[in-house]
Amino acid sequence: MSRSTVTTESAPVRLLLIGTAVAFLSLFLLLPLAAVFVEAFRKGWEVFLASLHEEAALDAIKLTLLAAGISVPLNTLFGVSAAWLVTKFKFRGRSLLVSLIDLPFAVSPVIAGLVWVLLFGAKGWFGHWLAEHDIKIIFALPGIVIATVFVTFPFVARELIPLMETQGSDQEEAAVTLGANGWHIFWRVTLPNIKWGLLYGVLLCNARAMGEFGAVSVVSGHISGETNTLPLHVEVLYNEYQFSAAFACATLLAFLALITLSLKTAVEHFTGHSSQNNH
Amino acid sequence: MSISIQSISKSFGAYAALEDISLEVPDGSLTALVGPSGSGKTTLLRIVAGLDFADPGPGKIAFHGEDVIDIPAAKRGVGFVFQHYALFRHMSVAQNIAFGLSVLPGAARPKKTEIRDRVKELLKLVKLEGLDLRRPHELSGGQRQRVALARALAIRPKVLLLDEPFGALDAQVRKDLRRWLRVFHDEIGLTTLFVTHDQEEALELSDQVVVMRNARIEQVGKPQTVYDHPRSPFVYEFLGNVNKLHAGKDVRYVRPHEIDVLFAAEFDPATDSLARVHHLFSAGPIATLTVKLGDGQFLDIELSRRHLAELSLSVGDEVAVRPPPFERGQS
Repeated sequence: MSRSTVTTESAPVRLLLIGTAVAFLSLFLLLPLAAVFVEAFRKGWEVFLASLHEEAALDAIKLTLLAAGISVPLNTLFGVSAAWLVTKFKFRGRSLLVSLIDLPFAVSPVIAGLVWVLLFGAKGWFGHWLAEHDIKIIFALPGIVIATVFVTFPFVARELIPLMETQGSDQEEAAVTLGANGWHIFWRVTLPNIKWGLLYGVLLCNARAMGEFGAVSVVSGHISGETNTLPLHVEVLYNEYQFSAAFACATLLAFLALITLSLKTAVEHFTGHSSQNNH
Repeated sequence: MSISIQSISKSFGAYAALEDISLEVPDGSLTALVGPSGSGKTTLLRIVAGLDFADPGPGKIAFHGEDVIDIPAAKRGVGFVFQHYALFRHMSVAQNIAFGLSVLPGAARPKKTEIRDRVKELLKLVKLEGLDLRRPHELSGGQRQRVALARALAIRPKVLLLDEPFGALDAQVRKDLRRWLRVFHDEIGLTTLFVTHDQEEALELSDQVVVMRNARIEQVGKPQTVYDHPRSPFVYEFLGNVNKLHAGKDVRYVRPHEIDVLFAAEFDPATDSLARVHHLFSAGPIATLTVKLGDGQFLDIELSRRHLAELSLSVGDEVAVRPPPFERGQS
């Protein structure tokens, strides 16, 4: 590629722009990340490992995995259905539905948690009925899952809708004329065409599900060993001045982010590669 | 199998895509639906396939006398070839062709070896032997088109429907494939309905031409008949180059090749008009001449290059032009 095109800036300008970007990224992304690890290991390996082996920490990890384990598959299902619905069918209110899917992104996480308290809390709309039937939602696992599902709903659908829109319905229609039923069409035609986009969406959904703080914080009740997820546990430790333990747990979340990022890059590499082959 | 379409209408909201369409496609024929974009031809094809639904009403679509309008597309037994092929891009050529057989319910599904044999047979039929393991993106446009055709034929359809089958191909490939399809159709003898916006394609390829315009059928007939005896000015203009001559309130349509060009000295006031050569174009077997009549109207004339050479004309020369006698093909 020639460097002497009209869109290329002169060397000093380029250096300045690159320098600014690097400085900004270092300050806002790398420095905090490094700080997490430095603080976590400040008192050495033993304290680090001990803080992860602590019962409350283990419970928090378990709860986080459980909540993500329930909400990510649910949102995969919802996301695929929603994307299928809005891209393969034309109906009234379609664009309204597309906007609604984005709602969780637009709403503050605190509100996203509070609505569930208002609905299912002890003094909420259904609070009385739930108490009568001895069903616990708020300050329990169901509440955490519901809040997580709400907050992470858009990821899969958002990823799939543009993808499926560009692909159109030609292949599905071809499959119909060849005698395929809906089941065959989904598994043998649609899914193979969207699998990378789907994986990408699921990854982002999972990262957010495990890292969500605001909404979960409102519905959790912070019962140590019961309703504290990993991000909430980090906060509790920090507020108790157990800095090393707090940062040790935070490294887990940082790792999750790094793993998600590298998988995401791998997926991008794959899809970039395969999209060159598609005309 | 013949296709019989009776009183089919289709509207999208207030917009009428098809208005009371009736059409007979004879058994074994190759019929072209031709018209400008928005004339409803693709909608009609999709309704025949069951991919779109006609407005409720008395409308009927029958294959060989059997009403199919309530039969879903998946069970209608129609071979459909899409404009952009719609090949399954994650499958090999062989898997694409085998798809229709592999989704048949348990009892009706042929054995794996039978499917393999059928795929081989179809690859041979469309002249793509040896390409079974390729992916669609490794094929040329013409090859993809033939894979799409083989895939559609694999289910032994009752009728074959092609939507702009050559629309996405280069001029040369298009011509070759067009000829090939005609021979191919005559070999397999399957009733075929295809959509095109290219009048030349429709005339050259089909047994029957259906000219559509604004949601209605304008004229149906053999290519020669429709070309020589257009029923309306629209068909006249759509099916080839035409001169529109205004004489007072009357309009006369004359095809460029129907006009004789003579030396000005041979001018016969009873039949001819005097004109001046405005433009000459002779880069093919047929030369095109544009002349300006005394009243300022322009006339396009097509003549053989040999004839043009005999006349040895250049821009600005005066000539006599003689349109055909008045009674033919007028409206």
